[in-house]
Amino acid sequence: MDDSPLFGADLSFHEITEKVSSHTEKKTPLAWYAAFSIANIGLMILLVMIAYLFWNGIGVWGLNNPVGWGYAIVNFVFWVGIGHAGTLISAILFLFRQQWRTAINRSAEAMTVFAVICALVFPGIHVGRVWAAYWMLPIPNQMEMWPQFKSPLLWDVFAVSVYFTVSLTFWYVGMIPDLATMRDRATTKIRQRVLGVLSMGWTGANRHWRNYEKAYLLLAALATPLVLSVHSVVSFDFAVSIVPGWHTTIFPPYFVAGAIFSGFAMVVTLMVIARKVYGLQDIITISHLEKMNIVILLTGTMVGFAYITEFFMAWYSGVQYEQYAFLNRAFGPYAWAYWTMMSCNLFFPQFFWFKKLRTSIPFMFVVSILVNVGMWFERFVITVTSLHRDYLPSSWDYYSPTAVDVLTFVGSFGLFFTLFLLFLRFMPMVAISEVKGIKPEADPHYYDGHGDGQAGNALPTPAPGASTTA
Amino acid sequence: MPQIFSRSANLLPTLSLLAVAGGGIAAILFVWYYFSPEYTDVGYAPEQPVAYSHRLHAGELGINCQYCHTQVENAAYSNVPATQTCMNCHNQIRTESLKLLPVRESWATGASIPWVKVHQLPDYAHFAHNVHITNGVACETCHGRVDQMEVVKLVEPLSMGWCLECHRQPELYLRPNDEVTNMGYVQPSDFVSRNLERVRRENIQPPTNCSACHY
Repeated sequence: MDDSPLFGADLSFHEITEKVSSHTEKKTPLAWYAAFSIANIGLMILLVMIAYLFWNGIGVWGLNNPVGWGYAIVNFVFWVGIGHAGTLISAILFLFRQQWRTAINRSAEAMTVFAVICALVFPGIHVGRVWAAYWMLPIPNQMEMWPQFKSPLLWDVFAVSVYFTVSLTFWYVGMIPDLATMRDRATTKIRQRVLGVLSMGWTGANRHWRNYEKAYLLLAALATPLVLSVHSVVSFDFAVSIVPGWHTTIFPPYFVAGAIFSGFAMVVTLMVIARKVYGLQDIITISHLEKMNIVILLTGTMVGFAYITEFFMAWYSGVQYEQYAFLNRAFGPYAWAYWTMMSCNLFFPQFFWFKKLRTSIPFMFVVSILVNVGMWFERFVITVTSLHRDYLPSSWDYYSPTAVDVLTFVGSFGLFFTLFLLFLRFMPMVAISEVKGIKPEADPHYYDGHGDGQAGNALPTPAPGASTTA
Repeated sequence: MPQIFSRSANLLPTLSLLAVAGGGIAAILFVWYYFSPEYTDVGYAPEQPVAYSHRLHAGELGINCQYCHTQVENAAYSNVPATQTCMNCHNQIRTESLKLLPVRESWATGASIPWVKVHQLPDYAHFAHNVHITNGVACETCHGRVDQMEVVKLVEPLSMGWCLECHRQPELYLRPNDEVTNMGYVQPSDFVSRNLERVRRENIQPPTNCSACHY
């Protein structure tokens, strides 16, 4: 990486505080209401579709006999995958001291939490008898019945709920110093009290900082394995079965790469808009976006490599069913979905090899959206093409979603953006304290010597007061 | 900077953590008990169209269960007796009783007495009386001391967990076949080892798989 400053303009500590917290303090802009209304319409669509589903049963979805898993699992994996960027940015990049993460980690973590909420909707509503959904959890009950501990679907319940808990804790703990900053700026009694409760009595004392940093480090260490484990477990839903096209050992790493890929694309999509709307170009710079695009390029290429490896393995295994499953993917009735996936995930990110393109805001915006289209189609291709032609050719069928399927998916975006807009409005959307922490002035030795930040050079030259008179 | 909260507010985080943990456990325990048939169903004793007393007939008079519930040994479904069964005696005894008026009406018109079912199982759970009776599960084990009931009452939860308790350890509940209709039977002290011996001899294997009852 180059050594260009992470923050283009020379913002002072105060200016950073001002820039971030003022958005939560000023009068709600009209544009926010407009965006919020649109998001709310989406949310309403979701709720109406769920109510319709509960009333009528899952027959309103497009599932048919060979394709017993459709939009619900596709959407679930899609949303869980998006969440992965948050954990990667907040945990792994933190442990590797990648300081550029500070500009985006707060919103990426928020995105993670909200994406996981969207994901959790789908397993919750897909069970048919929704009043029995709590059977997914190992709760003692009058039936003396426990979940099937040998089933990857149960591992999924644990993986995703742990993931949600840890992400939420991480997000919240990281926010405490910033909430305290906002509390101290509060002008109304209610605001002061609410933020006072949320910031848990933070005073910025030495002891508070020490506990905070320790907790943050521990949480990062706890969350790091989750980045790899959660989507591995999600991939077991498929890989542990014996369906050709699912039963492959490459699934866990390939799913993890895909998850990070889609998550970063979502962060880029959101940040490109948010930095413009909220005037945060000085804090979330082109340099940050470029680094994320490099991650997209890297993970996209890994995912594409996995696609090709699957074909190789199908050929190399010599198993005709496996070979058929993959030929059917690329050239069967769902070829359109397969090639959408291939072009969006493997082809388009390759443009990021060119610096000019990966630093171009409009270009990266388009690619980031294409990547998420592609990643949605990846899950669709995996789920549907493997199932729609199963072992029994007489039961082969073509799966198409119904309007309810599509609207439920559209509605989940409504839920996501409703939550995200609330976050942008009421929470510190950039980690104020962390951004300050990586400024040169935060270095304890910054003011040694001439106060020009060249602490290292201060040694040979005499201190200003004592030097020149001799 | 002035303090917003008083010193005692320092307790809040600890208290709220405890409340969340305690509340979670309390919610589980609450659902576990209060959502179970043991709480919702046990004690159900609906008023019947005829004030028939099991205490009098089965208890004091000592009529065997199977005098009325004739099919219990042979059929999955244990029948409620036809009006004719009542009239076997009651065309001679208490023929003028006002309490028996609906019985005589039923007999005259041929319309059944609308008895109210007390022991209900969900539609998706199948239970066969004959298999249980012929393997030494007594009437009393599931229906309680009917011979002491003025009005028939549900005494056991009939929940899945309750079924499984016996299906997993039948030796704790079985009794000799000729004692199944005996009310107030006292097990001999060595009944567990006797039952274990019987379970082995007769190869009694109560199923615990899903499709044993849900089919």
